[in-house]
Amino acid sequence: MKKALAIGLAAVMAVSMSAPVFAEDEGKGIAKEDLKVGAIYIGDENEGYTAAHMKGIDEMEEKLGLDDSQIIEKTLIGEDEGCYDAAADLADQGCQIIFANSFGHETYILEAAGEYPEVQFCHATGTQAASSGLSNMHNYFTNIYEARYVSGVVAGLKLNEMIEDGTVKEDACKMGYVGAFPYAEVISGYTAFYLGAKSVCPSVTMEVKYTNSWASFDLEKECADALISDGCVLISQHADTTGAPTACEAAGVPCVGYNIDMTSVAPNTALTSASMDWGVYYTYAVQCMLDGTAIDTDWCKGFAEGADKITVLNDKTVAEGTEEKVKEVEDALIDGSLHVFDTSAFTVDGKELDTYKKDDTEYISDGYFHESEYGSAPAFDIAIDGITSITE
Amino acid sequence: MKKEPFLQVSKRRNKARWQERLLIRFIALILALIVCGAVIVALVKMNPVDVYKAIWDGAMGSERRLWQTIRDTMVLLCISIGLAPAFKMKFWNIGAEGQILIGGACSAAVMIYAGDKMPTGLLLIVMFVASALGGMIWGMIPAVFKANWNTNETLFTLMLNYVAMQVVTYCIVFWENPKGSNTVGIINQATKGGWLPELFGQKYGWNVVIVLILTVGMFIYLKYCKQGYEIAVVGESENTARYAGIQVKKVIIRTMAISGAICGIAGFVIVSGASHTISTATAGGRGFTAIIVAWLSKFNTFIMVAVSFGIVFMNQGAVQIATQYGLNENASNVLLGIILFFLIGAEFFINYRVKRAKK
Repeated sequence: MKKALAIGLAAVMAVSMSAPVFAEDEGKGIAKEDLKVGAIYIGDENEGYTAAHMKGIDEMEEKLGLDDSQIIEKTLIGEDEGCYDAAADLADQGCQIIFANSFGHETYILEAAGEYPEVQFCHATGTQAASSGLSNMHNYFTNIYEARYVSGVVAGLKLNEMIEDGTVKEDACKMGYVGAFPYAEVISGYTAFYLGAKSVCPSVTMEVKYTNSWASFDLEKECADALISDGCVLISQHADTTGAPTACEAAGVPCVGYNIDMTSVAPNTALTSASMDWGVYYTYAVQCMLDGTAIDTDWCKGFAEGADKITVLNDKTVAEGTEEKVKEVEDALIDGSLHVFDTSAFTVDGKELDTYKKDDTEYISDGYFHESEYGSAPAFDIAIDGITSITE
Repeated sequence: MKKEPFLQVSKRRNKARWQERLLIRFIALILALIVCGAVIVALVKMNPVDVYKAIWDGAMGSERRLWQTIRDTMVLLCISIGLAPAFKMKFWNIGAEGQILIGGACSAAVMIYAGDKMPTGLLLIVMFVASALGGMIWGMIPAVFKANWNTNETLFTLMLNYVAMQVVTYCIVFWENPKGSNTVGIINQATKGGWLPELFGQKYGWNVVIVLILTVGMFIYLKYCKQGYEIAVVGESENTARYAGIQVKKVIIRTMAISGAICGIAGFVIVSGASHTISTATAGGRGFTAIIVAWLSKFNTFIMVAVSFGIVFMNQGAVQIATQYGLNENASNVLLGIILFFLIGAEFFINYRVKRAKK
C-alpha cells in the first residue's frame, strides 16, 4: 500500500516536473502549477498606491486559480540597490515573471532583466522598456487620465451646484490640486482632471502646488490647507496619502481623491476618487505566461477594459444628476467619441495647439493629443491656459 | 529595625575577565532570544523557531543573500569606523548622515560629469578623493566652530544633516532622469563608468577590501599612535590634555577631519560600489545606526565587524519574514530592539557585581 502510494506520488512529481520542459520544447506556456510570480512594492498594505497593486495581484491569483505559495511579494523596497537585490532574489527563487511598481525601480529592474533573460520583468509607470532593446522588459500603466477626466466632471458638477446656491461666485471658481512632482505623469493627470471639470463648468480655473514627495501625509495636508487659504473651493490630488482629504474635511471643502475611496477620512466632503484596477494587467500578463504568448512591451488600457474607474460616488456630497452625467461621459470614452485631450477644449498661450512633438513622435493628430498610445507612461506635459502651477 | 536590601550592587574592583565578559554577553543574547520568542508567540502566534529560521535564511540563505549581507555590513562598518575617533574624543558627531550624503554626492558628480573622460582607475581614484574631501569638509565645519567658539557640536552636526539633504535635493534637479521625476536612476548604466569593478569574481570584493583596510588602520591609529592617544586624553578631560601640552583645538579639528573623511568614503562605497545612484535616502539612517555600533563595540574596530554584521543580519532577515509570513518589517525592528536592550543591559553586569544580601 505504502509502496503503491510512493510510486504514485513519484509519478505525479515526475509528470509535474517534466511538464514545463515539454511545454518549453513546444514553445508553449508554463504549466499553471509550475508558475511562480514575484512582486516588488515601494510601500506596503498601509500605503494606498501599493495597496491597489496588492489588490490587483490578489485578483489575478483568484481569477487564474493560483495558490498563495506561487506568489512572492516583497514590500517596502526602496529605489536603490535593494530593488535589484529583490529582483535577483525573486529570480533565484524561480519566479518566471516579476512585477515592480515604483517609477524609480526601473533602472534596477533593467539591470536584472539584462542578467536574467529567461525571466519576464514588468515595470509599472516606467518609460524605458521599448528603448532598452530587451525582449523580457515590459512597461505598463493605465489610462488613468480617463478616470481623472471623469472625476473632473464630478467636480465640475459640484462647482455648478455651488455657483447656483451662491456659495461661490462664477468668476472666482478656482480648484486646487496637490501634485507630487512636476513631471508628465502628474501634469497629464491634473490637466485631464481640469478639462473634465471645465467641460461642465467653463469658468473654472485651477492652481497646482507640489509636495515633492509621492507619499507624505503632513506635506499633502499642509499643501491642501495652503490651497484652501489661497481661495480654492475644491481640492484634488495626485499624491498617495489621505492628507489632502483630511484637510478638506476639517475645512469643509469638497475633494476628489486618488487610488482609494476617501469617504472614511472625509465622509462629508469627499466626492469620489480616480482609481486604477491593476488586476486587469496582472491577469493579462500572467495569462500570457500560461499561454506562452509575448507580453506587450508597452501596455496601457483604460475604462473600456476596466483598468480605470472612479470609486463609488458619495451620495451625501455629489451634485444632483451626477450619476447620469458620469455614465454618459464614461460611455463616450469607451466608444471613442470623446477624447480627453481634445485640442478644441483647451488653449496654450491663447492659441489652439495643432502640433506637439516629443522624441520625434507627433502626438497631435485627428484633433486630439494621443496620450499613452506611443508608450505606456503618460506623455502630456503641456502647461495649458487656466492652470497655474506653483513650483517652489 | 534596619531594613536589609535584597540585592547588593557594587562596582567591580577589577575589570571582569574576558571569559566572564563573553559569558555575560552570551547569556544576555540567549535571554534576548527567549524574550523575542515569547513576543512572537504572544503577538502573532507563530513558532519562533520558524521565524528565526526565516531570518537566517533571508540573511545567509543563498550566495547572493550572503553577499548582500556582507555588502551592507561593510557600509555600516565603514561609517562606524568613521565615528569611532570622534566619539572616543567625546565629540558627539551625529552628522554622519550628512557626511555620507556629501561624500556620495561628490562621487555621483564625478561619475556624471567625468564618467567617460578618464580611464577607470583614475576615475575611481578621483571619486574616492572627492568623496573623502567632501566628507572631510562637512565634518570640519562643526569642529572648527567647536574648537574656536565652543558651539554645541550635537546640534551643529545634526543640522548639517538637513543642509546636506537639501544640497542633494538641489543636485538631483540637475541630474534627474527623466526631468521632473526626482530620481537619478542608475548612473552610467550602459558604460558602468565609475562603478567599482569586480574583484576575484566578486561584485562587492573591492568594498570589502577598502573597508577592511580602514578597519585595521583605524585600530592601529587609535591604539598605537600618538594621535590616537591624544584623542583618548581629550575625550577623558580637556583640562588634563591642555596640562599635558596637547593642543586641544588642533586635535578636535584633525579628528573630525578624519571622521568626516571616512564617512565621506562610506558615501563613495555606497554610490560607486552598491547603489550607483544618489538620493536623499542614500544614507538611509545608517549614520545613526552606526553610533550604536561604535558605542557597543567600545570603539574597537574588530568588534565593530561583528556588531555591524549582527545588525545587518537582522535587517536582511526582516525582508524575508516580511515576504514569507506577511509580518511587517517593523516586526524585526522590535526583535532587534529587544536584543540591543539585553546586550546594552549586559554592560551593567560587566561593570557591577550583584550579590544576594547576607542575612
